[in-house]
Amino acid sequence: MPKIQLGYVDYVILTIYFVFVLGIGWALKRYMKTGTDFFLSGRSIPAWIAGLAFISANLGAQEVIGMGASGAKYGIMTSHFYWVGAIPAMVFIGIFMMPFYYGSRARSVPEYLKLRFDEKTRGFNAISFAAMTVFSSGISMYALAKMFELLLGWNFHFSVLLSAGIVLIYIFLGGLTSAIYNEVLQFFLIVLGFLPLVFLGLKDMGGWSGLVEKLNLVATKNGFAEGTWTQSWQHMTSPTANPMGVEWFGMVMGLGFVLSFGYWCTDFLVVQRAMAANSMSAARRTPLIAAVPKMLFPALVILPGMIAIALEHQNAGGFLPKDASGSINYNLAVPLMLGHYFPTGLLGLGLTALMASFMSGMAGNVTAFNTVWTYDIYQSYIRPNQSDRHYLWMGHFTTIWGIGLSVAAAYAATKFNNIMDMLQLVFAFVNAPLFATFMLGMFWKRATGHGAFFGLLSGTLAAALHHALTLPKDCVAGIKGGWLGVNLHQYPSEMAQNFWTAIIAWTVCFVATIVISLLTRQTKTDSDLKGLVYSVTPRFKEPDLPWHKQPATLGFIVLLAATVLNIIFW
Amino acid sequence: MQVDVRIPIGLMFTIYGLLLGGYGLVTSSNADMYRHSLGININLWWGLALLAFGVVMLVLARRGKKPQA
Repeated sequence: MPKIQLGYVDYVILTIYFVFVLGIGWALKRYMKTGTDFFLSGRSIPAWIAGLAFISANLGAQEVIGMGASGAKYGIMTSHFYWVGAIPAMVFIGIFMMPFYYGSRARSVPEYLKLRFDEKTRGFNAISFAAMTVFSSGISMYALAKMFELLLGWNFHFSVLLSAGIVLIYIFLGGLTSAIYNEVLQFFLIVLGFLPLVFLGLKDMGGWSGLVEKLNLVATKNGFAEGTWTQSWQHMTSPTANPMGVEWFGMVMGLGFVLSFGYWCTDFLVVQRAMAANSMSAARRTPLIAAVPKMLFPALVILPGMIAIALEHQNAGGFLPKDASGSINYNLAVPLMLGHYFPTGLLGLGLTALMASFMSGMAGNVTAFNTVWTYDIYQSYIRPNQSDRHYLWMGHFTTIWGIGLSVAAAYAATKFNNIMDMLQLVFAFVNAPLFATFMLGMFWKRATGHGAFFGLLSGTLAAALHHALTLPKDCVAGIKGGWLGVNLHQYPSEMAQNFWTAIIAWTVCFVATIVISLLTRQTKTDSDLKGLVYSVTPRFKEPDLPWHKQPATLGFIVLLAATVLNIIFW
Repeated sequence: MQVDVRIPIGLMFTIYGLLLGGYGLVTSSNADMYRHSLGININLWWGLALLAFGVVMLVLARRGKKPQA
């Protein structure tokens, strides 16, 4: 029985969105003449567009649904994923790393690794990244279809094929430019579709102070101190004092440093948007411009979750759905809020925004996959030295079979949930140490190819080993850890285990890369490394720009604002 | 840049604004429907907000075009 009834206006609104998304692809079709146009948007995107696309590609389903769910489960501590776990890394990549990504003229992140280190390091990164993007877009398609089935009673196959079909068409037609333009459109749609929810929800709760009061009751009912749901730092001295089960050090190092920098500074999904910018200074400004909305998103995505849990408490447990074992299905918190506050009409806009968030995340994966497959795998290992035309054709073709593979992954997720969880775990192991490789690569010229490759490998193994030998509280050995049969340490929560896996992977990779580099011969000369490593690259001089276009000034303002937000919600 | 992204964005939100605002006007006597939204005719008000946003985008696109022409 569907939980939300749609009226005809809602369907009209959804249809208009599809028409515009496809129309943008159609309008851009005639500009897709070369591989550079298709894979890199001809490096012609202005900073503000690249910046909004940068954030929108990240604003996928996991974000809107997942952060709302965390808001309900953990309260405002979820904001650490933004003000600690995103903003500093976004400033770092803009100011310190972008000069090397953009300046090296690499067409992808794996290609940077090839230029800086060697073929095997690139191959390792390209293949794991390509596999990961396909699976994550499949999983998000699965989540979308499952959710629409539950909420609206839509047929599962219909939702999968509809979302896959639309993304396929607009990327096939307009390549990365089409994905980027649509991401900007989707960005505004998500913001304008969710804003009234925040307004109505807060008004219903009696403003922020009313919400705080209600969440205090939620906190005490769950056995925590008052304010646990509305104060982000005060309950972090011990993992038992907060529902996340983490203490501040593990959070700051694991999330704020390793995971956050690993994602924002090395994930091609987002970096690709900055590489498409029309100049070096636009590329550097891209993540900084993106940081401004990112900083404000907690109000848009976490707050509805917090309101949902307050409503749940107010209605004596009658608001959020429960699964068979009686535990709350937090993932439905945000979509149910739409149904709760929005009348027909606005409801259509809210659901379109939800659809847009799925599509922007999926399109981000597809375009990143296209480029990495075509340039880093196909051109490098399968058929080198072909004409640009040939690779452009390959890009089009890859859009089709890449999405086909994602659809297959979505169906695999319906059958083998465990395999999907396992794959995600493996990818997490591969990703955790990555930032150490990039940091050493960019700022230490002595780091060698062997050092990078075997460093990454040992970091990945260390992550797997740590996971295998530890277990979160109340979990059985298996997918959650402890699968070697020995449990050396018990973590207070899965998240704490996760953060520490990352910290250990990063540290092992960092140390191993240094040691192996010092033991192996340096194969690249200083002139090879020019433009790739900090110490041998002439300082990039920013042209005379007004202050609001200076990366350093922007970065400082963004960091200051994030600090202020942390203090306000201390 | 060959196509100004502000044009489709402006157009889409202008259409949404007119549609939602118009729907809000037509349904303004339907108190039951707006019980959800705390008695506020949110369709009308948010429709107007979307319309304003759409028009601003279109104006910006028009003004951005002039210096290049």
